[in-house]
Amino acid sequence: MIERALRRIINPIDPTLMWLALALLGLGLLTLYSATNENPSRVFAQFGNICVAVLLMWIISQIPPQTLMRFAPPVYILGLLLLIAVALFGDVRNGARRWLNMGLTSIQPSEIMKIAMPLMLAWYFQKREAVLGLADYAVAAVLLAVPTALIARQPDLGTAVLVAAAGCYVIYLAGLSWKIIAGIIIAGLASLPLVWSVLHDYQRKRILTLIDPSGDPLGSGYHIIQSTIAVGSGGITGKGWLNGTQTHLEFIPERATDFIFAVFSEEFGLIGNLLLTMLYLSLIARGLMIAANAPTFFARLLAGSIVLSFFTYAFVNMGMVSGILPVVGVPLPMVSYGGTALVTLFLGIGILMSIHRNRKLVQT
Amino acid sequence: MRTAELRNTERELYHFQTRIGVAGTLVFAAFFALLMRIAYLQVVQYEYYHTKAEGNRISVVPITPNRGNIIDRNGTVLARNYSAYTLEISPAKVGDVEATIDELATVIDIRASDRTRFRRQAFEEKGADSLPIRTRLNDEEVARFAANRYRFPGVDIKARLFRQYPYGESASHVLGYIGRISDRDLERIEADQLSANYKGTDHIGKTGIEQAYERELHGTTGSEQVEVDAAGRGVRSLARAAPTSGNNLALTLDLGLQQAVEQAFGDRRGALVAIEPSTGGVLALVSRPGYDPNLFVDGIDPTSWDALNTSADRPLNNRALTGVYPPGSTFKPFMALAALESGKRTPQHAISDPGYFDFGGRRFRDDKVGGHGMVDMYKSIVVSCDTYYYMLGNDLGIDTISAFMRRVGFGSRSGIDLEGESPGILPSTEWKMKRFRKPEQQKWYAGETISVSIGQGYNAYTPLQLAQAMATLANDGVVYRPRLVRYIQNVNTGERRFIEPEVVSAVPFKRENIEFIKRALAGVNIEGTGARAFAGAGYTSAGKTGTAQVIALKANEKYVESRVAERHRDHALFIAFAPLDSPKIALAVLVENSGFGARAAAPIARIALDYYLLGKRPKKAVEDDEKGATGD
Repeated sequence: MIERALRRIINPIDPTLMWLALALLGLGLLTLYSATNENPSRVFAQFGNICVAVLLMWIISQIPPQTLMRFAPPVYILGLLLLIAVALFGDVRNGARRWLNMGLTSIQPSEIMKIAMPLMLAWYFQKREAVLGLADYAVAAVLLAVPTALIARQPDLGTAVLVAAAGCYVIYLAGLSWKIIAGIIIAGLASLPLVWSVLHDYQRKRILTLIDPSGDPLGSGYHIIQSTIAVGSGGITGKGWLNGTQTHLEFIPERATDFIFAVFSEEFGLIGNLLLTMLYLSLIARGLMIAANAPTFFARLLAGSIVLSFFTYAFVNMGMVSGILPVVGVPLPMVSYGGTALVTLFLGIGILMSIHRNRKLVQT
Repeated sequence: MRTAELRNTERELYHFQTRIGVAGTLVFAAFFALLMRIAYLQVVQYEYYHTKAEGNRISVVPITPNRGNIIDRNGTVLARNYSAYTLEISPAKVGDVEATIDELATVIDIRASDRTRFRRQAFEEKGADSLPIRTRLNDEEVARFAANRYRFPGVDIKARLFRQYPYGESASHVLGYIGRISDRDLERIEADQLSANYKGTDHIGKTGIEQAYERELHGTTGSEQVEVDAAGRGVRSLARAAPTSGNNLALTLDLGLQQAVEQAFGDRRGALVAIEPSTGGVLALVSRPGYDPNLFVDGIDPTSWDALNTSADRPLNNRALTGVYPPGSTFKPFMALAALESGKRTPQHAISDPGYFDFGGRRFRDDKVGGHGMVDMYKSIVVSCDTYYYMLGNDLGIDTISAFMRRVGFGSRSGIDLEGESPGILPSTEWKMKRFRKPEQQKWYAGETISVSIGQGYNAYTPLQLAQAMATLANDGVVYRPRLVRYIQNVNTGERRFIEPEVVSAVPFKRENIEFIKRALAGVNIEGTGARAFAGAGYTSAGKTGTAQVIALKANEKYVESRVAERHRDHALFIAFAPLDSPKIALAVLVENSGFGARAAAPIARIALDYYLLGKRPKKAVEDDEKGATGD
């Protein structure tokens, strides 16, 4: 009886994904403890976040993809409305209008879009599967562009990029012809000056800082300079857990959140980074396998987009900390401190598990 | 139909899987590139970033050594350090300095003079990382600031050692003072390659012993490697190299003698130098008026500075070293000795003094109307007969005089261990050639020799040179370099490095000549112009009065003190040594604009000798001896 209940709980969970996620979470907690100068309360708080996220993952993994599909348009529309609400009535924090005060709690509607965007586009392509034409890609582009523009205007370039990326992955996986993709890339490069002209000053500064961090060593260059020093001084074996001087003497800003990778690199070195990258790669490989074997167009597109988004988070964060990408507010997946990002990630993992469990349903 | 549909799905799946494959490859490539970048940072550039991280983490903090103390010959402390709290602002860390000071003023009493001083220092030391806005905070002020510290980033309380001169004005010109290192000092430090040793040091000797013995007093700066966090706060000490305290200096100066003389001067301007003839050790070096060197330690406030700097009395001037005065009649014994040594005169040779000497159509007057009658060399010194020396000078000629005087030390720097000494002016034909441009001015006139013979004319010497010359007489011709430091003491080991007396030269005077001059000088204090001042002295002494004209009198004009403006009145001089047989002290006194040497200067010499030889302490400043002998 108990055994059956346990099976019922464990059954939907994909063990490979789960173990890989748990390994990453473990590394995250370890690093967090060091990053917070050995403050257990932050670690416990993060553990609480993990429990909530894993619970939500479990719940979502119970829901078959067909049901999820039905939620796609309402969730997308809700997200869109909330984004408009933010633009109109949102709270300004740190110079950006990102938060919506819901009375009891504040939410960041752009976070919803990270899931809602691939969900909606996958739904749309599934609907149009039989008659997929160029016009459909145009519609998808509009569905993608509107929320992205709203988020970028907040301004929150990091999230806008991630949301846009999630949508683009769906469009790519849906089979947009290579020629058009190439055309878009060329057009994109050509329009860079235009993009530059609409960027906010601080966003431009971040990009300039990337090219030459020493130009502003105490201002926007400080983050990059100090995080690169942390990474580089870690060496091959690292300085050892809790022994990172850049970390413990507080040279690294935002050590627990966006720059936790600097802490990890400093203390665990190149060996630690190989391990971390292996874990990410394995998780992504497993995800891509699930996507490749998914039963429906919707499920394939959704799964593929979720996995590639996961990759994007990891790559953008690590690239930013090691000084090859501009500083954007993207946490390191499953390692950085923070509940919202964790919940989004595990909702994605839950969806993957659900898709994997239901892979044979259609074919039979 | 069904197969077509199925095939279609399969093809679709195939397309999708291709795209997944491409994406997967890109993911792999991206991670690979990322790992390359990380490996580049962590392997190739490891050393670079390792050094950077260490540099971030470790800050080398200099530990300033304690400055050496200065004591007098009896161990009385003349300069020492004490610890006090200062309130300091780091201009670089404070946005609006003036606003910060305004706000600080609400917590701690900050006077207008503190502000002006701060502004001046900020201007003079542009690169300074920390400047004091208030010094010597009391405990209550420290506590009050500590409670409000959070409001003032970039403002901090620091415990610092301060220099203190416990005797204030006393010996101020000897000790000098330390002051904050200025940009000019900094240039000199850099030129001497001492920058490393001055890291963390705020003060440097500016004048006097503090300046001359800066290297001994300063010590060696230590350092501490401190681990600091991103905010620059020290977390823990990693290594420490202890500083070496500066050496203590023991002076040859006798503070009691110094103060006795300073007191004797009262409000009058002038100088006294007393030397121990057998060593060259300076027993007293007085320049009046003095100043309080303590004012300079934290940076002098502009009001006090202006007062000192613009005062007509020029208190900052060290008259003993840099003031040049005609020696007046104190020159006569040296003239007499020159005559004896050159063989131009014998002691017995006498002249008849009518009270004047006519030369080249000009009448050179003696002080005494009607003259001194028959005058031999002994009498010429005892009564200070001008006519005798007019004739003598004329017979010797300027270059003989000049050559002799140079050997006694006139006209050249004595080499005392203080900076800024003036060489004075020893006139000669050669000197005049160099001094003047126009040919008619370059020629030496015999009449000029006559003025020089009685210590007037171009003659100009420092009180130190006069004292030195007197010490040389007392020493039978041995010239010691005058010096103020007796020994240098290592604070850690207690080891004392004595400065040996240094013989500069030994003038081979004939024994009978020097004995004769000494006897004549003793006569001055027994039966001559110094007799009144030295009446009842419990020791034998040699002395000579002198009066130096500040303005040249017109021919046939008689000097009447009351008609002359105070600043143009004659300077009073007196040189002496005692006891006569085994001299322990030789000195020169100069009192500016005080008239006859016998009246103003001799009593001060008496006080100095009484103090040094008998231990007598004066009760108050001596008044001019109004009834004192007018003869000079």
